[in-house]
Amino acid sequence: MKALGRSAGKNKALVYGTGFVVLLVATILIGAALGAEAVSPFEPGESGSAILYEIRLPRVLLGACVGASLAVAGAGLQALLRNPLAEPYLLGVSNGAALGTMLAIILFGSFEFSRPVLAFAGAAAATFAVYQIARSRAGMNAERLILSGVIITTLLSSVIILLTTLLDATKLRSFTFWLLGDLSQATVNGFWICLVSAIVGTILLCTQAKALNLMMVGERDALDFGVEVERTRLLVFAGAAGLVGIAVASSGSVGFVGLIVPHIIRLMVGSDNRLVVPFSALFGASFVVLADTAARTLIAPRELPVGAVTALIGCPLFIWLLRKN
Amino acid sequence: MLEVLNISAGYGDRSVLKDVSFGVPDRSITALIGANGAGKTTLIKVLNSSLSPDSGAVTLKGSPLSTLSRRQIARRVAVVAQENETRFPISVLEFVLAGRFAHGSAFGWESSEDITAAETALEICELSEMSGRLMNELSGGERQRVILARALATEADLLLLDEPTANLDLSHQAMMFRLVSERTKGCGGSAVVITHDLNLASEFADQILILNKGEVAACGRPEAVLTEDLIRSVFHVDVILDKNPRTGNVRVTTMYAE
Repeated sequence: MKALGRSAGKNKALVYGTGFVVLLVATILIGAALGAEAVSPFEPGESGSAILYEIRLPRVLLGACVGASLAVAGAGLQALLRNPLAEPYLLGVSNGAALGTMLAIILFGSFEFSRPVLAFAGAAAATFAVYQIARSRAGMNAERLILSGVIITTLLSSVIILLTTLLDATKLRSFTFWLLGDLSQATVNGFWICLVSAIVGTILLCTQAKALNLMMVGERDALDFGVEVERTRLLVFAGAAGLVGIAVASSGSVGFVGLIVPHIIRLMVGSDNRLVVPFSALFGASFVVLADTAARTLIAPRELPVGAVTALIGCPLFIWLLRKN
Repeated sequence: MLEVLNISAGYGDRSVLKDVSFGVPDRSITALIGANGAGKTTLIKVLNSSLSPDSGAVTLKGSPLSTLSRRQIARRVAVVAQENETRFPISVLEFVLAGRFAHGSAFGWESSEDITAAETALEICELSEMSGRLMNELSGGERQRVILARALATEADLLLLDEPTANLDLSHQAMMFRLVSERTKGCGGSAVVITHDLNLASEFADQILILNKGEVAACGRPEAVLTEDLIRSVFHVDVILDKNPRTGNVRVTTMYAE
């Protein structure tokens, strides 16, 4: 592995970046073309146009935004917590967002904009709770933080299960499907909200990437070498909460993306977060689009939750990674 | 010149350092010694402002550290901490380059000056051939040398070393102190080194500061500070002092038997 000077870093960014953009465009086209009924993205025809523009493209593009959001949040949290196994689910961020979305569904019903707002609020509240529990007089270490995340995750899971008893049978099935990760309810508004969140969150974490290179060695090292540790920690947490909150509100809990994608990127380009964060966004987007395409086509006309597919791909890959490392 | 004036510091209600004062002249090495829990690492944290003192002041070349930003401090003070295992695949050169964080923009790539500084530091520490290897593939001693190289790459005026020789064999212990000595003498900087090796301290340090239960027990030239009575009162062991036949510096032999 070579270190990244200005020209070496730019070259690597250009080569891999181009590759990941090409991959993303290709997966979006594949995702748009395949489904219960095959449609050409270039010559869809009259009936195909309705399927392509009103149903399939919003779903595919939303999947791309969700994948990018979850992968970037995972990459940021792993570097921040110095733990390659850390991801939004482990820290309670996803469950906070899920609870917020569930409250929006119960309290505000079909008012669509309430979901991302309450999901973000839930993710931020869960993050804040984990952050506060993990703090001690002597500061905070990664182990304490992850333990706090496990406690909050367990608590929020219990509340979610309790609340499901308030739902009627139809809503319960739909909600269970959504909890496993589901892009079938994609809307144009949901896509735009998720796109803005993905872009803003990715840019925010990219600005912290150089500081994260020191944070992932150790907070003491980062502080010693000039990183404003508290500020970086807050910005990464806030960015991750926003990314995960909006993604979960749009598509439920799509698991393993935040864990697997940054791992694969690190295997390809090394651990420099200036490359890992943006490339995780691009590859995470492709990963979820492909997984959703599989979810729509494997047992068509019926569908699988996309979260089940990402878990089916992610689990063996994760076990392989664990054994390899 | 580093000046420490009446520093008291601790963690919450627990007081660790009490009214500590001393100075470190330019082009000199100060060895910081003391029993476990005496407050040595806490003092190092105060000296680079990663721990704010409850009272007192630290000034470096006339500037109070409390008035400087973290990046400004990191450009002037470099730390060689005890080895910290990383779980991510980071190359030696990437690790050393991270030491240049405070020099350029907080975003973007390193400049050619940063690359040159990192490569020079690796060469000084005899690590050039390892620059492409991963940190988690190195031995403890090699990692410790890389941590020193990262500190040297900062080109800071003051080096703070927290037990830098803990994982090193005899030749690399001597190399570590020789490099620190060359750096302080050659560049006009200074260094504060925590060590438990009184003989290394006697050979390489211009000044020894002994901390005992958070207070300064003695501070001065090695031959003035290293006395049998003082070592017995701080470390609770008997020692025999004589002189190194080659260098003439104080040599300490611990009496382990009754």
